[in-house]
Amino acid sequence: MAIPDRHGRFGPYGGRYVPETLMPALLELEEVYQRTRRDKGFQAELKHYLKEYVGRPTPLYFAQRLTKRLGGAKIYLKREDLCHTGAHKINNAIGQALLARRMKKPRLIAETGAGQHGVATATVAAMFGLECEIYMGTEDMQRQALNVFRMRLLGSTVTGVDAGSRTLKDAISEAMRDWTTNVRTTHYVLGSVLGAHPYPMMIRDFQSVIGREARKQILAAEGRLPDCLIACVGGGSNAMGLFHAFVPDKKVRMVGVEAGGLGVESGKHAARFAGGRPGVLQGTMTYLLQDENGQVNLTHSVSAGLDYAAVGPEHSYYKETNRAQYTSVTDDEALEAFDLLAREEGIMPALESAHAIAEVVKCAPKMKKSQILIVNLSGRGDKDVQQVARIKGVTL
Amino acid sequence: MNRLDHTLSQLKAKGEKALITYIMAGDPSLQETEQLVLELERAGADVIELGVPFSDPIADGPVIQKAAERGLQSGTSLRRILESVRHLRASTQIPLVLMAYYNNIHAFGEAEFCRVAADAGVDGLIVPDMPPDEAGPLRGPAGEAGLHLIFLLAPTSTASRRAYVAKESGGFVYYVSITGITGAKLQDVAGVRENVAKIRKHTKTPVAVGFGVATPEDAARVAQVADGVIVGSAIVRRVGEHGQDGRLVQEVGAFVRSLKEAMQPA
Repeated sequence: MAIPDRHGRFGPYGGRYVPETLMPALLELEEVYQRTRRDKGFQAELKHYLKEYVGRPTPLYFAQRLTKRLGGAKIYLKREDLCHTGAHKINNAIGQALLARRMKKPRLIAETGAGQHGVATATVAAMFGLECEIYMGTEDMQRQALNVFRMRLLGSTVTGVDAGSRTLKDAISEAMRDWTTNVRTTHYVLGSVLGAHPYPMMIRDFQSVIGREARKQILAAEGRLPDCLIACVGGGSNAMGLFHAFVPDKKVRMVGVEAGGLGVESGKHAARFAGGRPGVLQGTMTYLLQDENGQVNLTHSVSAGLDYAAVGPEHSYYKETNRAQYTSVTDDEALEAFDLLAREEGIMPALESAHAIAEVVKCAPKMKKSQILIVNLSGRGDKDVQQVARIKGVTL
Repeated sequence: MNRLDHTLSQLKAKGEKALITYIMAGDPSLQETEQLVLELERAGADVIELGVPFSDPIADGPVIQKAAERGLQSGTSLRRILESVRHLRASTQIPLVLMAYYNNIHAFGEAEFCRVAADAGVDGLIVPDMPPDEAGPLRGPAGEAGLHLIFLLAPTSTASRRAYVAKESGGFVYYVSITGITGAKLQDVAGVRENVAKIRKHTKTPVAVGFGVATPEDAARVAQVADGVIVGSAIVRRVGEHGQDGRLVQEVGAFVRSLKEAMQPA
């Protein structure tokens, strides 16, 4: 069975919970996307930009020292951090910008948490000559000041959102309001497998290049499929991108890592599968951190990209059908993993990706040396260096 | 008969247009909301929409977002709003419509919510982030309870959306006069007239126009082209300004009287 169904449902999750003003735009986007994805010209164009501009395929790198240090499974890193702009986000931004061009929409808007999706969208807007405005919570602007400056250097407007928790969730609401107002001229480049149909499906498809490459690369390197995939899950686009090509391979375990913040028991976290239940936020039915009245809870994570109250609906479906397992690691564990990867492999991961590495630290030693583990290194850590310094009490 | 149908058909028989006023429940407190409802009725409102404060109101502009924050701060929940409605029904029979985001209803439980709301005295329901395409879980329970599900149409709606949504909407069809969020500025009354006429081809249900109606002049112009005029942000802004200065009821009442007066047929 192909998911989502024609109503955009992954089992009970997904759907299209948006103001009527946006319904025609979503229906148009779905129609254009369905037609375009089968268009050989579009696929060739997308492939061209992914190869020549983004730098794909990204390497699948055997992390020899980390493997030795942990003493268990062989650890491979899928190096999305080596994509142009430093994270997987650009795979989706390129695809959506090409669609916007086909729909003749001259303006792009996007939300951003850690700033990686904002930078990716600002980058492709510059490359295609489109106008671009990025919404970002003021709390995130502070902890990701470098990315704010990068977006401005690229010619985009960055608009701070000073509502609610002043993080990713509030940036998405503000971007949806902008889209509702300017829908005739504007395409909303949503950055993760979230929101109303067709976004979760379309963004998954654009990111699924990660898993398709990794599957080929591991078969070439090891002659067999991996035993386990690990990726961090905020909205969940890098995880879905890695997982998707392996979903039919039932023997490949898939593990999504949520932000445990100060610990799930503290209430200050973004572990939707540990502390949430199904609800509707920003266009989709999915696991959601909320109170008994259905008000959305404030979340906490050291990583702005994982600091979000809901999760992509397809992840909710994989959770419920047990196709994937979801776990969480704390801020402290992620920060230790950041240090570990820097020292053992000379690679600084984004704090988001450091959550996936922290899970590797827990599970690789319990696996056999003959087993294989692929972790998605979804972004590089340069953007987080200032914040890590601040946390360590170092003045730069 | 549903109070909403009764009021709208009586107005139609008299050749008058409905003034539909929106306030945020619990802003600044539920007790004041109850006073405001009674004052809105005295000032000439024909239908009252009560907003249910939600943490993430994607269809609303800054005025109603702030009102929702105030409502949440005063401890307002859907359950407590329904208690207020029940209490109000001892003193008024004005049609009451709740405007709630879907997650608040989902958390309550769709079926239980419809039963409790209708029993408390609610007549209709507007869920701004639930197009009829997603209304499945509410349709049955709302129908059984006698609650109207009121759906929205917008300037961006295509012919097929108009046909579909107009047929699905009960009580009235809510035409959003602008491409945007609540509280934006009304621009194009000729366009509103044209779209209302197109909607009427698909349904006998009255068509009310909202989003962007801010002044008595706007209300007068919109009253000429629709069956009802919905005013939200302009009232909520006044609630925000006078919530703490003791003139709340008086100021809101005076403004709503000016709207009603402007809408009287010449």
